[in-house]
Amino acid sequence: MLTHTLFFYFFSIIAIFSSLMVITSRNTVNSVFFLILDFISVGCLFIMVGAEFLGMIILIVYVGAVAVLFLFVVMMLNVAEQKQSWFIGKKSTHIPTGLIVSVLIFLELLVVVGGWKQKDNLMNSSTLEISNISNTHQLGLVMYTDYILYFQIAGVILLLSMIGAILLTFRKRSGVKKQNYFKQISRDPESSVQLLKVESNKGVKIDD
Amino acid sequence: MLEYFQILGNELYKIVFLLVPMLVSVAMIVWLDRRVWGLVQKRKGPNVVGPFGLFQTIADALKYIFKEIIIPASANKVVFILAPIVTMTLALVAWAVIPISEQIVLADINVGILYLFAISSLGVYGIIMGGWASNSKYPFLGAIRSAAQMVSYEVSIGIIIINVLLCVGSLNLKDIVLAQKDLWYVIPLFPMFVIFFISALAETNRPPFDLPEAEAELVAGYQTEYSGMMYAMFWLGEYANILLMCAMGSILFLGGWLPILDVYPINLIPAPLWMILKILFLFLLFALIKAIVPRYRYDQLMRLGWKIFLPFSLIYLVLTASFLFYFNKLPNGNF
Repeated sequence: MLTHTLFFYFFSIIAIFSSLMVITSRNTVNSVFFLILDFISVGCLFIMVGAEFLGMIILIVYVGAVAVLFLFVVMMLNVAEQKQSWFIGKKSTHIPTGLIVSVLIFLELLVVVGGWKQKDNLMNSSTLEISNISNTHQLGLVMYTDYILYFQIAGVILLLSMIGAILLTFRKRSGVKKQNYFKQISRDPESSVQLLKVESNKGVKIDD
Repeated sequence: MLEYFQILGNELYKIVFLLVPMLVSVAMIVWLDRRVWGLVQKRKGPNVVGPFGLFQTIADALKYIFKEIIIPASANKVVFILAPIVTMTLALVAWAVIPISEQIVLADINVGILYLFAISSLGVYGIIMGGWASNSKYPFLGAIRSAAQMVSYEVSIGIIIINVLLCVGSLNLKDIVLAQKDLWYVIPLFPMFVIFFISALAETNRPPFDLPEAEAELVAGYQTEYSGMMYAMFWLGEYANILLMCAMGSILFLGGWLPILDVYPINLIPAPLWMILKILFLFLLFALIKAIVPRYRYDQLMRLGWKIFLPFSLIYLVLTASFLFYFNKLPNGNF
């Protein structure tokens, strides 16, 4: 039990410290690195309470995919330039907007946390029984029976946002030479090579 | 308190007994890779240091240790030093869950395959961190290429893993191996095995997908600014990752430590040896492909990942699921 407690405090202190560093560090890339550290330690906390599936999914989805894309975008920004215009510049419109958003999120969190009730009996589902079946199995049993509608709606929303993102970034460029695999493979000497008789001092006109 | 120390000591010696053979075999595998590469090209490969040149890698590592580590003046020093450490650590940490035989496994966890998948998807950070922290053009381009490449091939690896899990009904690596007692999954899921193998090549940045370090275009990609032991750590981490992918392939498709046929003379060979043989077989394929296939172009790589592998493995997933459902072969109860 002692080691368990020690590990809990270890991971929670790292999580809190790194989440503070996310918002205080001046270098944007560093703050993304701290965000990753935060995700990892939260994942470890999930594993410690026995939610191994959730912990691993946090590692795979957030750390392995989402944070990589974050890093990808943030690395492209010119960090040094931003340092001046964001924090010192006079015409900064980011701070009031950010304040409004953060106050809103804080209020929402208050509402959510205020409505929390601790249940003695967490198992309140028609299909779930207390047994030895694994975490993943139990999640599947609940997700595909009681909450199938929400699960499917979440999937549809994700699909929609994916299509939206593709639509936003898709542009048809003209004049780009692209390789057409079928065209390339189906070429043969008869259709693409011709023998010309070149007249002296006149040359040939090659069409391209 | 004494108990904790005992448990700690117990675990520590297990970890040491896993890691030391691991590192030695990485050294041997580097030699094997260079040797196969040489033989395919009608060269001799490293054959001077030690018997058959076996100690070549150790000699190289010694050379790297005694070389000076140069950190560029404009580099982000913390991240620059952290990057090879991250690569190496992640490559070694993943070995904790690999079962060498039914008894020999360091951590027998319920979500073993997810753990492996998570750790291998974290591998991209070492490369991105190294590329960004170097503060130089070629490493940065290499890092961006590898980020895109590894993220896109991870998707199809994930779907292939789901394919196998559908047949097993458990995320535990031991269960996955034991479920193949009658039939290795390489036979019913052969197309998935091929795609897994190619995706593993892309995931570990091996040729023909070694675009992050394509020397003709990017000098050495994300490793350009690294020197001495830090470069060697990238290099060892890469090979440890390759071995890990081979181990994953042999667990998912080739029946892990199980013998080919469970008959008398064959099943006398001990289980760990089978596992090692299968890993070596897959590695040999890796090494041969490095020697014989030319490098892909970047758009071809992306096309292969997103337009061919992803739809194909998705369709195969649907096929597997409907087959299992129709013939009532789904594991864990009937529906």
